[in-house]
Amino acid sequence: MKKSRKGLVIILLIAAVCIALIPLFTLKGAEFGGSDDAGSEVVSEVDPTYESWATPLLEVMIGGELPGEVESLFFCLQTGIGVGIIAFFMGRLVERKKLGKEDQDL
Amino acid sequence: MNRKQRKLVALAAALAISLGIIPAANAMHIMEGYLPPVYCVVWGVVCLPFLAAGFFSIKKTLTSNRKSLTILAMAGAFIFVISSLKIPSVTGSCSHMTGTGLGAILFGPASVSILGLIVLLFQAILLAHGGLTTIGANCFSMAVAGPFVSFGIYKLCQKLKVNRLAAIFLAASIGDLFTYCVTAFQMALAHPSETGGVAASAVKFLAVFAPTQIPLAILEGILTVLIIIGLENYAKKELKSIGFLKEV
Repeated sequence: MKKSRKGLVIILLIAAVCIALIPLFTLKGAEFGGSDDAGSEVVSEVDPTYESWATPLLEVMIGGELPGEVESLFFCLQTGIGVGIIAFFMGRLVERKKLGKEDQDL
Repeated sequence: MNRKQRKLVALAAALAISLGIIPAANAMHIMEGYLPPVYCVVWGVVCLPFLAAGFFSIKKTLTSNRKSLTILAMAGAFIFVISSLKIPSVTGSCSHMTGTGLGAILFGPASVSILGLIVLLFQAILLAHGGLTTIGANCFSMAVAGPFVSFGIYKLCQKLKVNRLAAIFLAASIGDLFTYCVTAFQMALAHPSETGGVAASAVKFLAVFAPTQIPLAILEGILTVLIIIGLENYAKKELKSIGFLKEV
């Protein structure tokens, strides 16, 4: 990797972590709900008579709201699938370069 | 009560209500049932040509070079990861990024509509996040409008000879922000304010979505640049074969 790029990558990584975490530490006591809830607030404000006419399929099937823990399980699953695919291919690509076989297909 | 007090009460009520429904705390996508049926159908139909174009575009990419499947899968996986991460933002609420910019830059905006739809279906069915009735509208904002803006900005930057990484950053972050603007507009169309009509209510929805999203859009730009740097380092061959890097 070119040297200038290495520096850039490190700076970008630090910046990314900062953007994600600074609000958590500076806004003490904020409750960090989803912006969708704020969205439904606005709906009830501008259109007070509107009633939601459908409930999510999963909530109908389990007859209630999805428990928080299970929801985080599904979110983790989603992240895991994505990271798995990226890491798998990235690993193969890195190895290919390391073995000097860059001109070969995976 | 004066204005300020009223605002405080409203804020407190908002906090109380959202505390009560934290398990279903979603970010960004339009929730199940929050668009009247007509709008659901219309947005769904609007998406169809893009999805068809995306299907043929992916098919063409893969038949011309089967090996580009690797990068396509990574672009799809990137959307999967990025859109599952809810990040706290400066406004005190959480939202997540879209991740569609990467695919749009690499494969063109049409292909991303298919990748985005897969993610939206996953979230709508398993996570009660977004919804099956609103999938057309969500698909349009996240998988059609955002990617097309990303792609347009990237091409424009190329014309203007902007540094490539800067172009990627701009394309990904503005595309992400635009997705939320479209969402706000869709909500406003379906729920026009009694006093000011669609415009007034669009401003209200934008005020909710936009400030939360700006830092996340920047974050998405950074992450997209990072993964492109990685790919440029290790997957030159593949990037050349999909036309992203020019043959030297």
